[in-house]
Amino acid sequence: MKGLTVAYLRMALPALSLALLLVAIFWLQPRAMSYVGLNLLLNLALPIAFATIAQMLVITVNDLDLSIGAFVGFVACVGATWLRDDPMLGVAVLAAAIIAYSAVGALIHLRNLPSIVVTLGMSFVWLGLAILVLPTPGGKAPDWLRAAMTFKTPLLPMTLFASAALALVVHVGLMRTAYGAVLRGAGGNPASVQRAGWSLLKVKMTMFALAGFFGVLSGLALVGLTTSGDANIALRYTLLSIAGVILGGGEFTGGRVSPTGAVLGAMTLTLAGSFLSFLRLDPDWQIGAQGAILILVLALRVLISRAEART
Amino acid sequence: MTRALSALMAKPWLWSYVGAFAIWLATASYTGGIGSGEVLTAALSFATFSVLVAIGQMYVITLGPGNVDLSIPATMTLAGAVSMKIMDTADPMILPGLAIALGCGAAVGTANYGLIRLLRIPPIIATLSSSFIVLSAAISYSRGIRIKPPPLLADFATAVVFGIPVMAACAALLTAAMSVVLHRTIFGRTVTAIGQNPRAARLAGLPVDRVRFLTYVMCGVFAGLTGYLLSGFSGGAALNMGAEYLLASIAVVVIGGTSVAGGFANLPGLWGAAMLMFLLVTMLNTFGLGAGVRLVLTGAIIIAVIAAASGRPRER
Repeated sequence: MKGLTVAYLRMALPALSLALLLVAIFWLQPRAMSYVGLNLLLNLALPIAFATIAQMLVITVNDLDLSIGAFVGFVACVGATWLRDDPMLGVAVLAAAIIAYSAVGALIHLRNLPSIVVTLGMSFVWLGLAILVLPTPGGKAPDWLRAAMTFKTPLLPMTLFASAALALVVHVGLMRTAYGAVLRGAGGNPASVQRAGWSLLKVKMTMFALAGFFGVLSGLALVGLTTSGDANIALRYTLLSIAGVILGGGEFTGGRVSPTGAVLGAMTLTLAGSFLSFLRLDPDWQIGAQGAILILVLALRVLISRAEART
Repeated sequence: MTRALSALMAKPWLWSYVGAFAIWLATASYTGGIGSGEVLTAALSFATFSVLVAIGQMYVITLGPGNVDLSIPATMTLAGAVSMKIMDTADPMILPGLAIALGCGAAVGTANYGLIRLLRIPPIIATLSSSFIVLSAAISYSRGIRIKPPPLLADFATAVVFGIPVMAACAALLTAAMSVVLHRTIFGRTVTAIGQNPRAARLAGLPVDRVRFLTYVMCGVFAGLTGYLLSGFSGGAALNMGAEYLLASIAVVVIGGTSVAGGFANLPGLWGAAMLMFLLVTMLNTFGLGAGVRLVLTGAIIIAVIAAASGRPRER
């Protein structure tokens, strides 16, 4: 019975840390406890959540994507230029980008290359392409994208509904379907998945293509919020997305990931920034405090895991 | 003869030298050979810094999957900022300053391993989180003031004899020493053994925890040393001076033929890879290409070199 509670605690940790952070923010700044306040706080959470899900899919098959930040920036640049001026061309370019992502997965698998280095190389490629598309920051998001991202839902801000829907869709797809189990199995025990007759190549290509798809969503959501593009706009997403996956209870190897946790992890990281600015901390130490929060949450997880092991 | 040739071909570090040489030739033929000697001197100077951080990173990566140190740039900045401020342009303070820079690196390495071992945080996240704190410490400590290095240190860092930077020659000696440490000492052999199979290493009675701890500390010390030398080379510590060395340290290690999966490392490749990275940027600059095309080609060539050099069928 006690073991069960500890197991629940472990599952609930991403949600608990997010709740704790929210309470702390409301306590420091009661005015944040409103529709407008929440909207401002969580505005940028959606693109980060999409990028975190993309990263999570790559981590599921034991790889790591160091190019996701540059890719999101590239998509934002395409979104702010071609997608507005020539929608057909814009959509075609984004589709080609997803295919390119899938091809990277195939290359990594076929040549047995380290994903860290290949995606590192790809990050240069995406950044370069983004600069070619949009040499200086600017452009303008398509109106429909702008409208979608500023859409006002009743009761709670749109970001919350969209994030919940994202978590639900990915959870069902990856955790509840038969092929989802194969996809996770390719991270847990690739040899046995292969012996069972599944193509590991197809699995890698699927996962990387899906990562590219969510990367596209992230870039579009971002450009819808910021209204203009910039090649360097999302470079920090690479590290944020990795941290989000781990905060959300995922592990680097073994296909052990949690879509719900990843989305919550992304929101926690977004809020951590706001929390620190409300604290009126010395600006020099803001980024350091972000690191400290990360360490704190992960330390909590270890404590819970130890309690779990003891029971 | 053919056996010697095939033994050479089997060396994992060969491709980085071949790539670097090909790129240098392409640049030299484009400019008609003008300035190609100076390009090599500059490449050696800048490669020195990449190689120094990459030595530490290589040892860490060799510990096995998931081991990587992302705090190198922050450590470089902290070591550079603290040592420059304490030396305060005074020549007699050069050695104490060096000790302080190395001490900063050792402290960060110790903190990193503490997070990894005690809190069981994956190394990527542990070193990332600690790098945030270290960077904040560097910002807070230096207050944005750039202090010049002592003149003697600046002279040493920029000295060139017969077209070879003095610092690069020293770093080459250090590389050779670290190669002996890797292949001929118990410490180096243990690092490799842990990378190949941590469980087997532990069961064989090797001091796994102590060696991992020392490896992370050593990586920090190398980052501290590089921060110190780079500050001397570029006229003071800048807050963003480490930024490009995060990706460079990893890329140089892997292009140099060290296995990302761990347990298999070599040091000669670091120089080839570091030269390749610098010459590549120089070549694309010489060709007068725009920033976008330059970045795309850099990425494409890195991937091509990796695919040619480290692509081998799944072992087992």
